[in-house]
Amino acid sequence: MKAADSADRLGVSVPARDRRRMLRALAALGAITVLRPSLAVAQNRPFLTRPIPSTGEALPVVGLGSWITFNVGNDRVARDSCAEVMRNFFDAGGRMIDSSPMYGSSQDVIGYGLQKLGKPSRAFSADKVWISSGSAGRAQIEKSRQRWAVARFDLVAVHNMLSWQEHLPTLLAMKAAGEIRYVGVTTSEGRRHHEIEEIMRRHSLDFIQVSYSAVERDVEARILPLARDRGMAVVVNRPFREGALIRAVKRQPLPAWASEADCGNWAEFLLKFIVSHPAVVCAIPATTSVAHVRENMGACLGRLPDEAMRRRMAAHVEQL
Amino acid sequence: MSEWWTYSLSDFLLFSARTYRRLFELYNVDIWPAQSVALALGCILLAQMWRPRAGQGRYMAAILMVGWIWVAWAFHWRHFLTINWAATYFAYVFAFEALLLFVFGTVLDELTFEPGSVAHRVGFAVVLFAVFLQPLIAPFTGRGWLQAEVFGAAPDPTAVATLGVLLASGRRAQWRLGILPLLWCALSGAVLWTLGAPGDAVVLPIVAVVVLVVARMARASAR
Repeated sequence: MKAADSADRLGVSVPARDRRRMLRALAALGAITVLRPSLAVAQNRPFLTRPIPSTGEALPVVGLGSWITFNVGNDRVARDSCAEVMRNFFDAGGRMIDSSPMYGSSQDVIGYGLQKLGKPSRAFSADKVWISSGSAGRAQIEKSRQRWAVARFDLVAVHNMLSWQEHLPTLLAMKAAGEIRYVGVTTSEGRRHHEIEEIMRRHSLDFIQVSYSAVERDVEARILPLARDRGMAVVVNRPFREGALIRAVKRQPLPAWASEADCGNWAEFLLKFIVSHPAVVCAIPATTSVAHVRENMGACLGRLPDEAMRRRMAAHVEQL
Repeated sequence: MSEWWTYSLSDFLLFSARTYRRLFELYNVDIWPAQSVALALGCILLAQMWRPRAGQGRYMAAILMVGWIWVAWAFHWRHFLTINWAATYFAYVFAFEALLLFVFGTVLDELTFEPGSVAHRVGFAVVLFAVFLQPLIAPFTGRGWLQAEVFGAAPDPTAVATLGVLLASGRRAQWRLGILPLLWCALSGAVLWTLGAPGDAVVLPIVAVVVLVVARMARASAR
């Protein structure tokens, strides 16, 4: 891709010829859908979504995680602050919000936010089952649903593969009965990749969730290609390694060539590296900051890096 | 847990430093004016330690027991549990320590004192620190009075004061009653360290080490 016109980043319309080239490049990256929600129209940049392979339903390439950030207990002020993050997330075109019974009060706080925002219809609810006992899984999912205050979850995954042999049949049965829409399994921090690979080979999953970033690329070797082969959507957790990665790179200026992928800040740079992998459907950074959620959602706009630039991005971040 | 060696404490911390600090703020507002009662009990504890008489160990153990049971219920169960599911277990542990204090301290009267000994003086200083200085750490480090951690109401100063009393007391009860406070000091120190508060994090482990060292010295000199 050629360098972006700086006027593009300033919100001036992109020449038609450049736009065509940009769309061709995006299509070459694989099944990226370009939509035009309000933010994208306002900024005159395409809004990026990816289809869930099992259904074709489009998801924006950036979601919202809730690990640590939304666990604020009964603190009304902090709950309102989280609701504002959610409001800005939805306003920017976001859909997937991810949580787990493991995350303390996060589910309640998401439920509070959804109620406060009038239960936005675009919300894609992604939760997990996290309990040793297989027979207790269904009850835990129902409790989680009540905490979210949603009619049903879109996605329920087995958290960190805990008792997945017992939970997976339950989830698949719930999906067949229409009680949930998608089924998945998760892991994090590069753990138990061999086991998740086995699950992916033996079972029909809609989603997997793994950790992946410019400095944590183990999944590129086997997990991501396998997900593509098996038609499974990949959700990426901890894209900033709980903030450590972005804190580390923010000390350095963003390289000028980042503009070739329409990256205006480090958050966009790191997220676009992740979501430009053809197997990845969505990354789910967590934040308590409205400014940060806006930055993160910027990764849904404009061009994505091609393979050559992805390699350059990874090398640059590793060098930093 | 497979691949257990890849886990660190940060993998189990569900909350941010800001949320943890704010928890104390909301807790203090919620239980006010219980802190003044706790402070009064702390003063009674110190007065009894200053010139201990026979049988007063029962009362000291009772004061400590009230602190531990209160922290178990009011702090862990009613507040900390809102951001940390593990607080359920902490509540049980604190309640168990309260039970131990009741049985060995109040019923069996195993807390005896030797005024003037090094262990007694250091133990008194540790309780003095828990009652009067630990609550000042929050306001003096810019976190404000509302985040103050008060003996008898918050877990850390309650554990520290207990270690002080045990250090000052007779040898028999020390280890049975001291294990859980020592473990709490280690855990709380590790949590604060992981939350990025190294200044606060070192306080409890330092107290625990001082108590252990002085207790060992006192034991050696008694032989």
